[in-house]
Amino acid sequence: MVYKKRLDGRSIEELRPMDAKAGVIPNANGSASFKIGKTWAIAAVYGPREMYPKFLQNPKHGVLRCHYNMMPFSGSGERIRPGNNRRSQEIAMVMTKALEPVVDLSAFPNAVVDIFVELPQTDAGTRCAAISAASIALADAGIPMLDMVSSVAVGQVDGTVVADLMYDEEAYEGVVSDIPVAMTHNGKEITLLQMDGEISKADLLKALELAKGATEKVYQLQVKALKEKFTLE
Amino acid sequence: MSTIVKEKDIVIPGDVLAEGMDYLPGDNTYRRGEKIYAKVLGLVSLPGRVIKITPLSGPYVPKVGDKIIGRVTDIAFSGWRVDLETAYQAMLNVKDATSRYIKKEEDLSKIINIDEYIIAQIINVTSQNLIDLSLREPGLQKISGGRIIKINSQKVPRVIGKQGSMITLIKEKTGCEITVGQNGLVWLRGSSDGELLAEQAIKRIEQKSHQDGLTEKMQRYLEGHTQ
Repeated sequence: MVYKKRLDGRSIEELRPMDAKAGVIPNANGSASFKIGKTWAIAAVYGPREMYPKFLQNPKHGVLRCHYNMMPFSGSGERIRPGNNRRSQEIAMVMTKALEPVVDLSAFPNAVVDIFVELPQTDAGTRCAAISAASIALADAGIPMLDMVSSVAVGQVDGTVVADLMYDEEAYEGVVSDIPVAMTHNGKEITLLQMDGEISKADLLKALELAKGATEKVYQLQVKALKEKFTLE
Repeated sequence: MSTIVKEKDIVIPGDVLAEGMDYLPGDNTYRRGEKIYAKVLGLVSLPGRVIKITPLSGPYVPKVGDKIIGRVTDIAFSGWRVDLETAYQAMLNVKDATSRYIKKEEDLSKIINIDEYIIAQIINVTSQNLIDLSLREPGLQKISGGRIIKINSQKVPRVIGKQGSMITLIKEKTGCEITVGQNGLVWLRGSSDGELLAEQAIKRIEQKSHQDGLTEKMQRYLEGHTQ
């Protein structure tokens, strides 16, 4: 059996319906909400502010620190234990590494910029939604950045290379691979690349080519969200 | 070769501002290869051949000569530690606090105590963003009475207005004394109604800071409330 038609009827390079908004949390220095299909990420940026614990301070440049958390009711019925666990620690780490190359904190030695991402609802692609939301929130907070980062998952479902997998596709019977990718806009440089599953070399190259177009669509939405907020004001 | 953006355009980080070597990258921009890119979200300004970006949000960057408002958080051997609502702490040394002679054993908390607010001037900023303050200028003092409100530090120029037009207007219409710190803290003192109106007016300016003819609009707003 070959995966020809996608479960929700999308074409192979089509992303789920997206929605983004900047400035959703008045208390934060910058914030954003990013929805892709049923996955929903809310990011809040605080700082640059004094860093505690002090031994984590870096006198050469500011530090970027991410927090990732799935809300207890965000899954498909089972309560998710909130707070730190191995998975959320890993995702927070890859988020930091995906955003660090574009964020320029050289003017803020010993300070920290905190990014908190909460996910009220999840349906695969949470780390990608989290990175896309965090990128909008950082720009909204006025943090110096060399470029925007847009992120989307690509992958292969039973021999077909597709963009933006949803949970039912990740759980599809057969050989599946899920590849979250984050890219900068101008250079199309990859800042996040992970993989779960199996894929052939030819398909991987095809998937990465697909990711360029897919992240570009996310980027257009990020720009729209930011410009909307600041022309309204 | 040419600029791609116009004056007052809103740009986001990574936007291409100009191509070729005819323009120079100014504040909040950077050059990579042939192109000049934006580094923060803000408005483009093109004075001459330099491209600059005026940020629309973001942290306060301390500069020498800025008048700021801060809260004393600690008393050290020879001065006070002051919180400016930035990532960095500021120090006010005894010798910069007063022109009077202060004896070695004198209790510094009698002069300025913890949790009191001061209006001070930045006299030095190091590469690690350590800040030195001074009170030895006219108008710089310990604050007593009134209220402190916080606004986005990037909106401070709009609250002050061109040659102080906006702040003079609010002072006239509300009868308050107002001091705007460059770090975004504002001190108001007057009658309780006046303070309330001035606070609402300043919050309104912060929200509508992009609009043209804001001073005239604020004049109508304040006149509507004072009658």
